Amino acid sequence: MKAKNRLTGFLVLLFLFLGGSVMVLPFLWMVLTSFKPFPELFELRFLPREPTLENYRAVLGETGFMRWFGNSLLVASLTTLSVLFFDSLAGYTLARLRFPGKNLVFILILSTLMVPTEMLVIPWYVMSAEKGWINTYWGLLFPGLITAFGVFLMRQFFETLPQDLFDAGRMDGLSEFGVFWRIGLPLVRPALAALGIFTFLGNWNAFLWPLIVVQTPEMRTLPVGIALFSGEAGTAWNLIMAASSLAVLPVLLVFFFFQRQIIEGVVLTGVKG
Amino acid sequence: MRLTLARREALWAFVFLAIPLAFFLYFRILPTFQALWLSLYEWHADPSQRRFVGLEHYARLLTDPVLRRALFNTLLYTLLGIPSQIALGLVIALLLQRVPFGRDFFRAIYFAPYVTPAVAVAWVWSWMLSPHFGLVNELLALLGIPPQPFLQSPSQALPTVTWVVVWQNLGFQVVLFLAGLESIPRQYYEAARIDGAEGWRLFRHITWPLLNPVLVFSVVIGTIGYLQLFTQVVNLNFTDQGGPLNSTLTLALYIYQLAFLRFQLGYAATVTVLLFALILLITLVQLKLLTRRVEL
Repeated sequence: MKAKNRLTGFLVLLFLFLGGSVMVLPFLWMVLTSFKPFPELFELRFLPREPTLENYRAVLGETGFMRWFGNSLLVASLTTLSVLFFDSLAGYTLARLRFPGKNLVFILILSTLMVPTEMLVIPWYVMSAEKGWINTYWGLLFPGLITAFGVFLMRQFFETLPQDLFDAGRMDGLSEFGVFWRIGLPLVRPALAALGIFTFLGNWNAFLWPLIVVQTPEMRTLPVGIALFSGEAGTAWNLIMAASSLAVLPVLLVFFFFQRQIIEGVVLTGVKG
Repeated sequence: MRLTLARREALWAFVFLAIPLAFFLYFRILPTFQALWLSLYEWHADPSQRRFVGLEHYARLLTDPVLRRALFNTLLYTLLGIPSQIALGLVIALLLQRVPFGRDFFRAIYFAPYVTPAVAVAWVWSWMLSPHFGLVNELLALLGIPPQPFLQSPSQALPTVTWVVVWQNLGFQVVLFLAGLESIPRQYYEAARIDGAEGWRLFRHITWPLLNPVLVFSVVIGTIGYLQLFTQVVNLNFTDQGGPLNSTLTLALYIYQLAFLRFQLGYAATVTVLLFALILLITLVQLKLLTRRVEL
């Protein structure tokens, strides 16, 4: 019995290890390729024979990479700040304040979740063209400033808090906004963390709308930059791999630092939501 | 006095909601109706030249062979992708539950692709899947399998793209299933064991039914994701978008091509209405299934 258990344990680990290798291999291959000089690309050796930083130098120096990185950082940060503030404010209001039409407002916001981005991008494009938002930061930013999913998530969280806390705040003379800001927000910090991380990653990785609204190379975000730069560069795979490695790095760093919040966020939406 | 308090609260509520509500009305709800409206027009950059065509575009949906292809492909992606990622996700979650150590480590490894930019993922895979100097063919050669064309073959391209998407989504499935498994009370298993149930029967009668809500959620969210497949398809075959002979073309990519490469915004809007209808249908099915209570 014991020997059999040990064998199954070994097989389980073996399977997980093999599966894990399939998950890791593309990352590994990407990074290894990024250190290879061009002629070595087609040799299919694992380790570069003459590792070089030349690809990184070329990507950072000869393409718009730095600018695209900055654009992505700016767009992702600003949308995240806006989402955190407005989604929690709306979520708080829908959960804790009484007012006529409350359910209607909630259903209105929730119903927008069913509309696919593809349906919205066409009117957004027409709107942006008419108002001169094409190829501007505002054009990149506006669709993501407030999200229905975040409002829903924050509302769920605010609903679980005891009413006494808020009443006490009012007794002590806090304004309605003060109650939200000083009492509500600190209590939903875990939800804010999860929402913030997901919003940041989502905007950092966004592709469809930035591809549509951006026209000049300087305004590209990182994913659009990489996609179009690869197209221009044709088969410069070494450069593509260096650029991709640089684009993946911040994401993986965020992931490893905030792993717990990210996993909790997924669980929250899927299992408990 | 009570009345004024209630009024004060309502007033604050509307102050707090003013900006979010304006945002949703102006950037979400209005554009939804604009898309419906656009689908009835022949679009032109000059508003005075936009021509009302009624349901003409909807009639065109029925006879457009490329649309039929895109729709067929999109459904095929879903039918291939969802069962694969659910089965693999469930197996891995069940195995992870059994390992005494390294669970967090493995979970992190499987989850990492999910947070990685799809553009980068697509380019790395298209490099590894290259027929001439790709790593995958090299590894297959070790097993004695001849080189495969993968993305460059009309028959292999779609399953290959599906594989990349499954690879990227797998970690999300694993995390969901792990959480679902952990939420099943231990007592159920203990009680069943006392009654003499083992292995497969425990899974069949306890794990599977209690995992049902997570399963429904995964299928619905996954299906909506596959219906909107775009980034990977574009970037895996960058020079030949939509793959050889439109073999990887999806609804979302077709919408993009119609609207932003050919500037047929009216007809493109019509295709988005079709996509919206599909997503609405899936969402309604979800509500129906999730409100049905699980019985033990």
